Order: sequence, then C-alpha cells, then structure tokens
Amino acid sequence: MTTAALWTTVLVASLACFALKLGGHLVPRSWLASERVSRVTTLVTVALLVSLVVVQGFADGRTLVVDARVPALAVAALALALRAPFILVVVLAAATAAGLRALGWG
Amino acid sequence: MKVLPTDPAARAAVRQGVSVSVATGLYGISFGALSVAAGVGLGPTMALSLLMFSGGSQFALVGVIGAAGTPVAAIATATLLGLRNTLYGAVVSPLLQVRGWRRLAAAQVTIDESTAVAVAQPDHATSRIGFWVTGIGVYVLWNAFVLLGALAGDALGDPRAWGLDAAAAAAFLALVWPRLAPRRAQLVAGLAVVATTALIPFVPPGIPVLAAAAVAIVVGLVAPAAPTSVAPQADGAPSAVPGDAFADDVPADEASTDSPENETDREPAR
Repeated sequence: MTTAALWTTVLVASLACFALKLGGHLVPRSWLASERVSRVTTLVTVALLVSLVVVQGFADGRTLVVDARVPALAVAALALALRAPFILVVVLAAATAAGLRALGWG
Repeated sequence: MKVLPTDPAARAAVRQGVSVSVATGLYGISFGALSVAAGVGLGPTMALSLLMFSGGSQFALVGVIGAAGTPVAAIATATLLGLRNTLYGAVVSPLLQVRGWRRLAAAQVTIDESTAVAVAQPDHATSRIGFWVTGIGVYVLWNAFVLLGALAGDALGDPRAWGLDAAAAAAFLALVWPRLAPRRAQLVAGLAVVATTALIPFVPPGIPVLAAAAVAIVVGLVAPAAPTSVAPQADGAPSAVPGDAFADDVPADEASTDSPENETDREPAR
C-alpha cells in the first residue's frame, strides 16, 4: 500500500468509525423514552457485558481457548460472591493469570 | 484519595473507571508494536489511535493492511467492527445529556469500556462520572501506550504476562454481576454466553457482541411487560430478594436507586 493510500485508508476508516459513534448519540430521545425501550436497553446492557466477559475471557482471535484467564475469572467470581470491592476483584484476576503464566501454564 | 468525590457511589464510579482505564490503556502497547510491525508506520498508527479510537477496529484495520489487503477491505472491516459503538452511543446518550462540542467528545470516547462502566452505575449522576473518567482515562492512557509500543516495540513485554487480559475480563464480570439478580437478566446472560461462544470461531471479532445484543433486543421485545407467573428458581442462581422478579421491568437506574434490597446488595461490593 502506498503512503497516500495508507493515509486515506486510515482517515476514511476513522471518519466512518466516528460517524457510527455520533450516530448513536443522535438517536432522538423520544425513541428511547418508552417503557419497552428501557426494558430492552436494560437487557442489552446485560448481554453486552456478558458477551464481553466471554470474548475477553475465552477468545484468542477467532479461537476459543482455555488458558490462565479461566481460573482468573473463577477467582474473580468467587471474590464477587464474597462481596470483594471492584479493584480487588480486578487485581486478584490479574495476579492469578500472571502467576499461572509465570509458572508456565496458559 | 482526597481528590475523589465524597459520595461513595461517585467514588466507586471513579475507582472503577480508573482501574478499567489502566488495564485497557496498557494494552495500547500491543497495538502500537503490532501496527508498526504490520508496516503502518508511526504517524498513521498514532492517527488511528487518536482518531479512530476503538481497539477492535484498530486491530482489524492493521491486520488487514498487514495481510496486504485492499484499502476497501480494511475500511469495511474496521467500520463493521465499529458498528457496536452506535448501539453504545444510543445507550449512553440519555445518561449523559450533553450537547455541542461535549457531545462530539462523548461520541469519540464511546467504546466498550466507557459504556460498560457508565451503565453499571446506580444513577445518572454516577453514570456520567463513570463514563467520563473511563472514556478520558482510556483515551489518554491508550494513546500514550500506543506511542510507547510503537516506539519501543516488544522490549516492554507482553501485557498477558501481567494478566491484563484477565483483568479486563474480570472488570466486565464485576460490572455485570449486580445486574444478574432478575430471572430475565439470567436468561439473557445465558443466551448471550451461547450466542457469543457459538459465533467467535466463525465471524470477525466484535460481531459476537453485536449478536448477543440482538438476542437481548428480541427477548426484551417479546417478553411480557410484567410477568404474572414466576418460573422456578434456576439451580445455582443467586437467591432472589423479594421483588427481584420484577426488577428487570424498571429502567436500570431506577432499579438500583429505588430498591432498598438492591442498594444493600450493592453497597458491600464497594
């Protein structure tokens, strides 16, 4: 790819991505005010977060893998069940994964 | 800690935003190193991070270029992956209530992490704090570490060795945890796991999240407004507090602020 083509690609794609973000913000508020829409957005939130857990915890590109992230998520779930604070949950998960990888697994 | 707001919920939102920003921002090292290795160069790499600012789209665009793909393919892939940010924008915009240049700034920092932290807060005021702290925090740290990664390359090591990928997964889990009490939320969570897991091997990264959202939209549209019969509690599900069966029928912010059960349920988590 030439330098000009590369810069064009970068700028056009960036503009498209920004337009997509802004488009969501410009959805008329009246569309979002109904009880049904608020119910849907509540459920969409749950689905998005759970999906992000799965992607971030089990995906390596397009491959599903079980590595150090899985025990780390289990530790995080246990900490959450015990009502640990957010930051502790995150640190415990990182420490679990980092520790297992330091030992040569995952 | 004196710079933090005094309200406990606001402090929690700031803390969540900062932890997510650090874990995500450090990942910028990978992108910077990968982008330069793919032949994109320092200038375009930084332009991508500053202007596109959406991790999935950035990695995808650089991947296509590195694989000698066409500009059209690179633009199309990045754009498709950015589609979920439209959904995020529609979700966070009623929480933020901003106009003018602030709306442009809000749009630019509307990503997985800022949306996730914003929607996990108990009311609009803390949602705004969570959104801006995370959005600006990730923007600053992501771009700083992309620059570092582009300049220093692999010398800094793999963020996975520090468990940062697991930290990000745990952060998302912690954010969704308090929202899983209603039975309907548990159903949607289960369907989201199935849809995401089933699609990961077959579609580009970013699309499984959109598919999970689509499933939730369908459930939300077809489900009755107020369930009259309550299904038996699923095995292993958190024991529901009275009224929880209906908690998914009120907007998220009201569900958390109006329900004393929910408040006591969430408070120790901070």
